[in-house]
Amino acid sequence: MTSPIDKPLLINRLEYILPAQSVLHQTEDLHPYECDGLSAYRNLPLAVVLPDKIEQVQALLKLCYELEIPVVARGAGTGLSGGALPLSNGIILSLAKFKDILDIDPVQHVARVQPGVRNLAISEAVEQYGLYYAPDPSSQIACTIGGNVAENSGGVHCLKYGLTIHNIQQIKIITIEGELLTLGGSGLDSPGYDLLALLTGSEGMLGVIVEVTVKLLPKPESTQVILAAFDDLIKAGVAVGNIISAGIIPAGLEMMDKLAIKAAEDFVHAGYPTDAAAILLCELDGNAAEVSENISSVQTILGESGATEVRVARDETERVTFWKGRKAAFPAVGRISPDYYCMDGTIPRKHLPRVLKAMADLSAEYNLPVANVFHAGDGNLHPLILYDANIPGELERTEEFGGKILELCIEVGGSITGEHGVGMEKINQMCVQFAALELTQFHAIKKAFDKKALLNPGKAVPTLHRCAEFGAMHVHHGELSHPELERF
Amino acid sequence: MSKDISPLLQSQMQDAYKNKTPLQIRAGNSKHFYGNPKDGKLLDVSAHQGIISYEPTELVVTARAGTRLTEIESTLNESNQMLAFEPPHFAEATSHDNATIGGTIACNMSGPRRAYAGAARDFVLGCNIINGKAEKLKFGGQVMKNVAGYDASRLMSGAMGTLGVILDISLKVLPKPETEITLGHQCDIHQAMENMHQWVKQSLPLSASCYINSQLFIRLSGNHSSVSTAQQKIGGDVIDNAENFWQQIKDQSHDFFKPDNPIWRLSLASNTPPLENLSGNTLYEWGGALRWLSSDEPEKKIRDTLNSVGGHATLFKKNKLNVAPFHQLNPGMLTIHKQLKHAFDPENILNPGCMYKEF
Repeated sequence: MTSPIDKPLLINRLEYILPAQSVLHQTEDLHPYECDGLSAYRNLPLAVVLPDKIEQVQALLKLCYELEIPVVARGAGTGLSGGALPLSNGIILSLAKFKDILDIDPVQHVARVQPGVRNLAISEAVEQYGLYYAPDPSSQIACTIGGNVAENSGGVHCLKYGLTIHNIQQIKIITIEGELLTLGGSGLDSPGYDLLALLTGSEGMLGVIVEVTVKLLPKPESTQVILAAFDDLIKAGVAVGNIISAGIIPAGLEMMDKLAIKAAEDFVHAGYPTDAAAILLCELDGNAAEVSENISSVQTILGESGATEVRVARDETERVTFWKGRKAAFPAVGRISPDYYCMDGTIPRKHLPRVLKAMADLSAEYNLPVANVFHAGDGNLHPLILYDANIPGELERTEEFGGKILELCIEVGGSITGEHGVGMEKINQMCVQFAALELTQFHAIKKAFDKKALLNPGKAVPTLHRCAEFGAMHVHHGELSHPELERF
Repeated sequence: MSKDISPLLQSQMQDAYKNKTPLQIRAGNSKHFYGNPKDGKLLDVSAHQGIISYEPTELVVTARAGTRLTEIESTLNESNQMLAFEPPHFAEATSHDNATIGGTIACNMSGPRRAYAGAARDFVLGCNIINGKAEKLKFGGQVMKNVAGYDASRLMSGAMGTLGVILDISLKVLPKPETEITLGHQCDIHQAMENMHQWVKQSLPLSASCYINSQLFIRLSGNHSSVSTAQQKIGGDVIDNAENFWQQIKDQSHDFFKPDNPIWRLSLASNTPPLENLSGNTLYEWGGALRWLSSDEPEKKIRDTLNSVGGHATLFKKNKLNVAPFHQLNPGMLTIHKQLKHAFDPENILNPGCMYKEF
């Protein structure tokens, strides 16, 4: 550990770089930054800085490098894995003031934006050119593009349009030593290593993103959605495979189980059949001819796959209504339970029956209900575990249950996180997904960018020591009670 | 055909690591012209072959690095699927088609469909590698979405083996289009670029574009109704034997690539006007974002021109100038590259100098 920090000196130095109102250090000013979207984990930083110029970010990082102060970059703070959880001995570097759209090129289909621009704001700004930005995480109204890159965010349209990495062309980052680097290029590739891919999803561990050039897509001429009901969750899973086998890649292919259907329907009245065991929402887009041909093929496939009901949205209003239920699924579940814990595992789709069965068994074992919402097309599960944080021990049991779901995902060849990131939340499961050699390689990668380990330290990649401790505790006690940072 | 020689490769690499012996990594050797000339002891991965798993409904194939592209493509074809980045084979003859999936990914080679479907790196889901310390490592997996850990598997794509020897790769595959048609338009380059930019805005099922010898070639791929509607919209002459044409472009067996001049690969923003200060012959692909220049212009002039438009140039083939093939990295980027190389290969034994002389 480094020597104790002289906070007044640090504030003084920070205020030398930024105007005093852009340096927050009083306890009451720090509270809004104590957590991100994973509010179960909270901590206060030494200070929060809010620069609005790249030169300021460079100066701040140089200062932190000199004083060896850890830095946690933060966008809108909507992340779900505790990636932006403050460190007691570090500062929060908020990119919230970087919210300008710098340039839109409607011919090349790119937009150059600052990291604090909201995901949805990009699509709104380019709509006049008939373009949009494809990745659409459910927090898109609030989350920022810088955070999207840091987490490699997905959304409901990943199966056809990919993750953030597939939809960006260039980023500018500041290294911990204050150097500005441009990764990617103005064309479709760049010389040297694919550092754009390496930085995407690196959770603020390698550099601070200060500019993003996103690729834009023409808005599809036609978009249509089908709702299909099933009396059995497994049948719905098989139907997903049947659609893909027929050579059709839907824009979105989402599944909800009975509990999620019921919660969503009670909340937004999307017209979902509440007696169904599962529903599928299948969205097809493209030119009008293609969509109409595919809609009829998918209707046939769904019927042959045992759907009890197949409805094509009659018009745009009904299409939006069908989606409204899915998009409101999380808050809808929030209405029926004091708290819920959202998981983010991915699995090869063929293992869906086995994983669903195991989750149902675990749900009974822990006596905690689970509502299931899936990005079914790409095997990304979002089981929502319902619990009550006011009941002593229930959060811990929930986390343990969640951990077992993630380990199950790994067991069938999947991953502990499809789009929410590891952050602080899944750091222990990283020890299950990766062996010591891989983790050591990850630390070496970090060292190549950040030799003093000051950028978001302790997140995303666990130390081997932590894994040993987790492994031991896992074996001997079967539970991990207080996974706060300070403990390790 | 199927054979796992990873224990042998690992033991050869352990020796190399211990003795600090530089290795040159080779599979099918179909891209021998690419990058700096290699020396070092041969590490031959061509016998490490076979499709390990292929699940059409999961849209995933996993194959050992030495597996021939021809084998993978014919296997996918049986289930009406394809590698959507349309990798080049650079085969001089069908009987000598040795391109492997390992080499394809190591060089991040993509063909005509790239501008519309994505590059090789975009389809990488995971890989097993052996790093420069002879450690076997697994990154990514077989699922479409996976953000656990740094994306080291995509990093391998285009790293030319300098960060690790790829043992096997999992790739996302896509359904083959129901039908394809190629349309030709006689026009000048300005009109061609205008057309390419207009059409890409219109939800048309474009899958390839090429401008050569005053003719713009556009390929449409999709279901029948979609392709025929698009054909009516953009017009032009139906090109016979178009499959052969695209293969010649992809594999560089087209007449354009025959002269003895160096072949430069120019990557730049698609709407960059024609680079008229550079003499020679130009072939346009990827909606204008990729341009092949067959030219005797000096390296400096070409690189300066690309710098001025924010692009980069690679001396791709026929490097008779014996110059550095890849565009120079600025000092900050070079430092990061060297540190990253050191993180994977501390003794600098994996294809040293193959990309850049400095590492």
